[in-house]
Amino acid sequence: MNQNITIDAKGIYYRQLNEAIKASLQDKINTIELQNVNGQRYIGAGITNDATISIQGTPGNDLAAYMDGLTLQVYGNAQDGVANTMNKGTIIIHGDAGDALGYAMRGGEVYVKGSVGYRVAIHMKEFQEKVPLVVVGGKAGSFFGEYMAGGILILLGLRGREEQPIVGDYCGTGMHGGIMYIRGSVEEHKLGKEVKPVEMTEEDHQRLALYVGRFAEHFGEDKEEILAQPFTKLIPYNKRPYGNLYVGA
Amino acid sequence: MKVNYLMPEFLIDRDEQRCTHCRICVHQCANEAHLWNDKKKIVYGEDQNCVNCHRCVATCPTRALRIRNYPLEYKNNAHWTPHYIKSIFKQANSGGILLAGMGCDRPYPVYWDHLLINASQVTNPSIDPLREPMELKTFLGRKPEKLSFQNGKLAEALPPQVELDIPIMFAAMSFGAISLNAMTSLAMAAKEMGTCYNTGEGGLHSSLYQYGENTIVQVASGRFGIDPEYLNAGTAIEIKIGQGAKPGIGGHLPGEKVGMDVSQTRMIPEGSDAISPAPHHDIYSIEDLRQLIYSLKEATNYTKPVAVKIAAVHNSAAIASGIARAGADIIVLDGLRGGTGAAPLRTRDSVGIPIELALAAVDQRLRNESIRNEVSLVVAGSIRCSSDVVKAIALGADACYIGTAALIALGCHMCQKCYTGKCNWGIATQNPKLTKRLDPEEGAERAANLLRAWSREIKEMLGGMGINALESLRGNRLMLRGIDLSERDLAILGVKAAGE
Ligand code: SF4
Ligand code: SF4
Repeated sequence: MNQNITIDAKGIYYRQLNEAIKASLQDKINTIELQNVNGQRYIGAGITNDATISIQGTPGNDLAAYMDGLTLQVYGNAQDGVANTMNKGTIIIHGDAGDALGYAMRGGEVYVKGSVGYRVAIHMKEFQEKVPLVVVGGKAGSFFGEYMAGGILILLGLRGREEQPIVGDYCGTGMHGGIMYIRGSVEEHKLGKEVKPVEMTEEDHQRLALYVGRFAEHFGEDKEEILAQPFTKLIPYNKRPYGNLYVGA
Repeated sequence: MKVNYLMPEFLIDRDEQRCTHCRICVHQCANEAHLWNDKKKIVYGEDQNCVNCHRCVATCPTRALRIRNYPLEYKNNAHWTPHYIKSIFKQANSGGILLAGMGCDRPYPVYWDHLLINASQVTNPSIDPLREPMELKTFLGRKPEKLSFQNGKLAEALPPQVELDIPIMFAAMSFGAISLNAMTSLAMAAKEMGTCYNTGEGGLHSSLYQYGENTIVQVASGRFGIDPEYLNAGTAIEIKIGQGAKPGIGGHLPGEKVGMDVSQTRMIPEGSDAISPAPHHDIYSIEDLRQLIYSLKEATNYTKPVAVKIAAVHNSAAIASGIARAGADIIVLDGLRGGTGAAPLRTRDSVGIPIELALAAVDQRLRNESIRNEVSLVVAGSIRCSSDVVKAIALGADACYIGTAALIALGCHMCQKCYTGKCNWGIATQNPKLTKRLDPEEGAERAANLLRAWSREIKEMLGGMGINALESLRGNRLMLRGIDLSERDLAILGVKAAGE
């Protein structure tokens, strides 16, 4: 049975707001609408549950940290640290997001309609059936996918500041796992020395069609139009970027 | 002809009179320092491969083996010692960063050995711990500034605390760095003795969830094996910012050590390198640290104290003050001598400061700022015996972590080759042939025995000082005197000179 609740977050400190959310989830409520969210941190943090929370406003840092299952719809922008070490769940952000989104994320999906800040998907990893996914509709700052150890990172460049390139510097530095797809081409000097562009395969096209399809659905965009442009696929040179660095003392 | 500049470090001295060529040493030595010549049907030694771990010596049934320093003398030179010459040979060969295991072994002063403990004579008589109860109970966590009561009960709940029967815990050592049998030994011993062990940054093996109450789970920059279940599994959460053996740099578990079990516990694919970056990529300031601390508190509903572990470095006191203000409940200081599975040698031996000085400085700073009650202080990295513990508590620590000492209890012989993954004692290895040499039941008993012995000794020393509860020793520097220390050292340690 569908159980809904609306919580007005106006003027409520994050600790009380998150307590109210957890209490509602305990009461088996499966759709929560948060109104007037304005910078409250840690929404969804550490929660194991399959409910949906829709957020009107701007949630604060560490949205969905360690989260394990929720679906979050953010009708606004998100701040730093979204999906920090997230294990499972879906986050759909109908705006921009800040730095370090998807840090050490192990599972689940994050869709951002707009652009993202620095160090996004840093140290993202994967394990067995868990392959995290981040799709960014706009542009990304420097250190995109730094130390990435697994998962799929898609950057579309559909919007964002005009004078800005699709991705900042040091893209994929230290990357040792996972795949990155960037729509259009990336200048070589923007790439970290551990990544290289490779040919797209049929599997890549299918994968992109699936995830870009979901992205388009979330934000009401035209999937075919997005896919009409070629993509650059980036993977790490090797899984052991620092393998030969040492000698026994 | 290409000449190898590197001579062996050790000489395998086989007493041919005693050796029966039974081949036990051949099987025991994972470093392949004992080999079998099938033609001649004899065992022979390959000195070059020996790391002096004593496994063969201990297992040879006829006591035929001795390991000696290789009798190779360089021309005397107080500056260019063999260590530097050999290091240059190695690096000229390989271009590699020198890697080492365990902690700094340089002859820097050990301040524990320059501190002496007091005892009661005539006045304030000493107490006999055999006849009178002695309290070692320790609570780690934030203590409120004042207590208020309502109807004879506490008006406000205390912040969460880790309750320990003894002030000694097992330091963070990850599954991956050490074997599951070693971890299980420590977990069982911690349970037996009413204290905690620490998962390190490698996640929590499914078989160890049962020791939750005696577990401190660690969160490091690589965020391995962390999910809500893990965060809630222990009695406290420790954020690792740094460690004494390698302050300022990250960790790196090579893919060879990431077998099926380690992979599942760390939640990364088998055979992949587990890289822990030097910083947490969401922490660039004290404010950011606060964010991580509170994200963990939120994720665990404020039921667990959160510790922050840093390496003892030059500005530890100021950093610790920031950590306390960031909302940590426990600060862990890891000194220059702290051990590790693998660290760049030059970092291990030259970066950081001795724990004694860092501890004294941090405790004093927190007192000066009237925030000492807001955090507990745990020190690690150099504790060798019970009197080191007593001295640490008197200098201001709430509890100590022991890592190296715990491994020695399990059989480690301090060969410092943990990074090779060939630990013949079954500790710093994932090779099933080697790990099975350490029986967890036996290991647990040895580790628990060590804690038992030290607790007895601590009680004796406490009783000697006329103190019957460890709490009365905490930060009680009057119980210490310095010997052979400079005025400056004495001032930093906050102790008087012996005789004063
Ligand atoms: S490495 Fe250890 S077991 Fe092997 S020969 Fe040397 S001392 Fe003996
Ligand atoms: S743990 Fe093993 S490899 Fe490391 S120092 Fe001890 S005996 Fe040597």
